[in-house]
Amino acid sequence: MKRIRLPGLWITLILVIGVGVIPAINGSASLRESMFTILMSVALASSLNIILGYTGYVSFGHIVFFGVGGYLGFYAISQLGWNILPAMLVGGLSAGILAFLLGATVLRLRGAYFALATIGINEAMRALVINIPLLGGPVGMEMHFSEYKKYGGPMQALWMVYWGVLIVTVVTIIVSYYVKKSKFGLGLMAIREDEDAAEVMGVVAPRAKTWAYVLSAIFPGIIGVLFFFKNGNIEPGDAFRLQFSIELIVMVMLGGAGTVLGPVIGSGLYQQLRKALLTSPIFKNIQLAVAGFLLLLIILFIPAGAVGWLRAKSVKLRRVLE
Amino acid sequence: MGEVLITSALDGLLIDVIYGLAAMGLTLIFGVMDVINLAHGPLIAVGMFGVYLLFTFLGLNPFVALLIMAVIGLLLGFFIYFVAVNRVIDAPPLSSLLSTFSVNMMIIGVGTALLTTSSYNVEYSLGSFEFGFFRVPGARLMAALAALAVTGLLYLFMYRTRPGKYIRAVADNRSSAELMGIPSTRILALAFGIGVMLAVVAGGLIATILPINILAGGSFELKSFVIVVLGGLGNPLGALLGGLILGLIEGLVPVVMKTTWVPVIEYVLFILILLVRPQGLLGVKK
Repeated sequence: MKRIRLPGLWITLILVIGVGVIPAINGSASLRESMFTILMSVALASSLNIILGYTGYVSFGHIVFFGVGGYLGFYAISQLGWNILPAMLVGGLSAGILAFLLGATVLRLRGAYFALATIGINEAMRALVINIPLLGGPVGMEMHFSEYKKYGGPMQALWMVYWGVLIVTVVTIIVSYYVKKSKFGLGLMAIREDEDAAEVMGVVAPRAKTWAYVLSAIFPGIIGVLFFFKNGNIEPGDAFRLQFSIELIVMVMLGGAGTVLGPVIGSGLYQQLRKALLTSPIFKNIQLAVAGFLLLLIILFIPAGAVGWLRAKSVKLRRVLE
Repeated sequence: MGEVLITSALDGLLIDVIYGLAAMGLTLIFGVMDVINLAHGPLIAVGMFGVYLLFTFLGLNPFVALLIMAVIGLLLGFFIYFVAVNRVIDAPPLSSLLSTFSVNMMIIGVGTALLTTSSYNVEYSLGSFEFGFFRVPGARLMAALAALAVTGLLYLFMYRTRPGKYIRAVADNRSSAELMGIPSTRILALAFGIGVMLAVVAGGLIATILPINILAGGSFELKSFVIVVLGGLGNPLGALLGGLILGLIEGLVPVVMKTTWVPVIEYVLFILILLVRPQGLLGVKK
């Protein structure tokens, strides 16, 4: 039998697409909603992984790109009456440009300083949006219900958004895979291990870091547009929620930072766990505490995450899992 | 008009000292072990509710309750250090950020389940003091004085006692300190405990003057970050200065523009300082 090429990519894609089409088969709206949350987390966590896992820069404010893209895209849809496709383009582009501008400055900081700066950027952006009346200030913006009619009614619009998020997620994973396998990705990982040594070996660290940051920002920008279009309204608290940003880091760590499959598994596990805790009568009230406890156990005892742990366990798995 | 301005400036100044105290806990921990304690906010909330519960149910004077909470804070700090921090102390920064964040989640989770997120009040008043033509609420003055006293004690401890010298030695160079026979793990635990104690005490002081809820620590945590960066990460004296600067911004900006612009300016300043002077306003380049 011929060897399957790129097993690491195919396993991940088949897993995501396979699980992703289940809601379409049985047509359940509630399943679609929970799958939407999971797919969205997969895309966000995978994009975060490019800067966090490959490059080793801990961004606590990844959600800022989701918020900025979401805000501008939502503005285009709800106030200017744009179609969702160009709005998604605006969302992705604006997030990418923001990352490019920030990259030139903030990425000079290392370690804890960078982490703190990303928190500051997210909070500054949230506070700024509150002061822009054009974007609705502290109450945000709402979208008129008739906006969904363009796409054949709310039902069709929701399914369309679902397919949109599935496609963006798949693209994110493919990009994440090829970044990891490319010379560019090798440069990023060299930066992660030792930035100064990487520079000596000929990696142009500032440029590589900036492009990694831009790549990791574009996808949250697009997802933000889809999410808030589905939501029907947007407000500063939802768009720049620091808590969600940190949950994304947890998802990446859970699955395994620096692997392609890791963020996928991690997001799925985390969201399922969260749902299970929220619906269980015993843990409902302390779900946050239980999640925190699990996080602590992972960091203390399996810092490489699920996929990293499996890869370390057997040579065979290391060939198949990326 | 002038009187109003002075009174509100003074009012703000008294609270800034407490902000500074909270930030000092954060900066001490960072300075000694390069760990950013993301459980800082919830620990401030622990202090708030400790004082609230001791005052409301045992009828203790809030300042007596504060002493008890200080001891509890120290012990809690030891506990958190050995459970969550000690194992990851030499790992990359992400590990300690996440492990302290997991402590954050646990405290907030349990706290929300027990106390909900509604607001509580410590019904405690000391009247108000008059200085010439302006008045200061007594509780505020007492809280600020207590915060200054704690700061002074911290300095005496760090510069005049042996454990304080050990802490500074470990902060300076851990392996050399170990070669000199300093038990570094115990000293790190002590520093972490003191950092937590400062957060808890600051929280307790805040509870005597402002309404509290379990999530309130979060906004003080963000303020602490700004203060700490202004003053220089790892520099406790800088934290006091940072607190004053933050207070000035909060006091003076609303005079010329809308209050909602205050956080924008604070965070932009925060990022700028990180970029231009990461060692803080007082710090010297390493």
